[in-house]
Amino acid sequence: MSSVPFFVAVNTFRESVRDRVLYNLIFFALLMIVAAVFVGQISIGIERLVIVNLGLSAISLLGLVMSVFIGVGLVYKEIERRTLYSILAKPVRRWEFLAGKYLGLLLTLAINTALMTLGLFLALLYVNHAIVRADAPILLAVYFILLEFALVTALALFFSCFSTPMLSTLYTLGLFIGGTFASDLRDAGALSSSGVVKALTSILYYALPNFSNFNVIGATAHGDAIPFTLVWQNTAYAAIYILALLLAASAVFSNRNLK
Amino acid sequence: MEHARAATIDFRGCVQKNVIVSTPAIEFEALTKDYAFGFWRKRQRRALDALTFEVREGEVFGFLGPNGAGKTTTLKLLMSLIFPTSGTARIRGRSIGDIEMHREIGFLPEQPYFYDYLTARELLDYSARFFKFTASDRRERVTRFLERVGLSAAADVQLRRFSKGMLQRVGIAQAILHDPQVIFLDEPTSGLDPVGRREVREIILDLQRQGRTVFFSTHILPDAEVLCDRVAVLVGGKLQGVGAPQEIVSIEVQGMEVLFELPAGRTVPTAFASHVTPSGGAYRLDVPEAQLYDAVAQLRACDARILSVTQLKPTLEDYFFKLVGHDAAPSYAVEVANK
Repeated sequence: MSSVPFFVAVNTFRESVRDRVLYNLIFFALLMIVAAVFVGQISIGIERLVIVNLGLSAISLLGLVMSVFIGVGLVYKEIERRTLYSILAKPVRRWEFLAGKYLGLLLTLAINTALMTLGLFLALLYVNHAIVRADAPILLAVYFILLEFALVTALALFFSCFSTPMLSTLYTLGLFIGGTFASDLRDAGALSSSGVVKALTSILYYALPNFSNFNVIGATAHGDAIPFTLVWQNTAYAAIYILALLLAASAVFSNRNLK
Repeated sequence: MEHARAATIDFRGCVQKNVIVSTPAIEFEALTKDYAFGFWRKRQRRALDALTFEVREGEVFGFLGPNGAGKTTTLKLLMSLIFPTSGTARIRGRSIGDIEMHREIGFLPEQPYFYDYLTARELLDYSARFFKFTASDRRERVTRFLERVGLSAAADVQLRRFSKGMLQRVGIAQAILHDPQVIFLDEPTSGLDPVGRREVREIILDLQRQGRTVFFSTHILPDAEVLCDRVAVLVGGKLQGVGAPQEIVSIEVQGMEVLFELPAGRTVPTAFASHVTPSGGAYRLDVPEAQLYDAVAQLRACDARILSVTQLKPTLEDYFFKLVGHDAAPSYAVEVANK
């Protein structure tokens, strides 16, 4: 097993930290403090619901912003600034570099998410004065959010291999929005009398990454149980999709002439 | 283009010598690169045209040419940053596509830009990790090479605070940190002040003393004249000649320069007055070599004091400008096809 991706990943993580990417945690901390202090005054009896909803939504949103906006520059920035040249002149395969960049951003996102989750639990502790067994599904919801980040980052990295950050952002966000509403798209198509529309929406439903599967924030906030089958289904789905995207990114990047 | 033809003949001779002596450090075999351009990318511009020559083990080799000649394209091809349209190249007998070969080479890109959030020490440590050194070996190497390029005092300063010269030095350090056998430097002295240029030259000579092969591109010809065992001249993506700098320029007809002083009241002999120019209180006379003794005799006849007699050798720069003309520009690259 090559250790090159690990070296690149650690360096990518160091870049994120030194570029003050983790400063978003300050915003999240402030949000949780404000929510914890004021939620009891405005929502009697539903404090937990509001805190969990708000906390998980903020974790998801902030992480998505990071995944997209850092992800689209992962490779592009290296080519533009030519920092890549001296690395690829060493015994480093292009796919190893790509895997390292991906894992580095994933590491940043995981640590960022872990710290925000800690903040969410502290806010819950402040509001409920206890962390109970029923709060455990929050961790499952966070795991699904992480899977979502991993998938979005793979999409952004794929586009970053051949497109500019602006276009890559558009493509990634477009696919994210399309993927989030994939089920709605298929349902809408089913209502159509046109066979072509039905077929098209059906193809889109299967081709687009289905992000709505990863969203269990509402259920978690209401304390609903999350079926275990969803855990392995989502894990397998994300793993296959990510692997396919990384292989495609590697194929594109390995054959690309660097300017 | 007599120069080009003559130099190419010399180049062929060099190849023959090379085959006999040892395995070349670098071999180019009709290496060609076309770039697609235009809206549909159907038109092609030839950046490098059938480059064929060899670089011997242990020599300092200068790769000369104006901006846009194809020097950086060649180095990118060797580093597999871009891929050839046709032809091939080998480094120490191994294909440029062989990633393990990269353990034996070092590379300094043109105008290097490194991760500016890292310190010089961190960058070198990061670079060393790719070569599987132990942690203690890595630490020792990083310290040693920082010292070697004169950056010990700035070892823990972030690269974003480095001057261009300092970046060039840290770039050289990361290129030679793993003791590569062949070192590629793209414009290593470009943009440096005289002190920085001298330091880089000393590093190159030091590498040569250690038996390394150094292949560097430059358009600063005095550097090439001072440093190189041999040079290749590239114009418009085409090789114009390969050989020792002295061999390449010796094709030119040579002349003599006589520097002399005249006693008060004496005038320059009329026979060659038109060839004399005042030079800081003295006079300079340029004459063909065959007329030197006659000119000196005439000067002595009028009590002139001969200060120096110098053979006028055309410089590499003269040769270079003769090849490229006056408008050396990227436009030399040739459009080769309209699909």
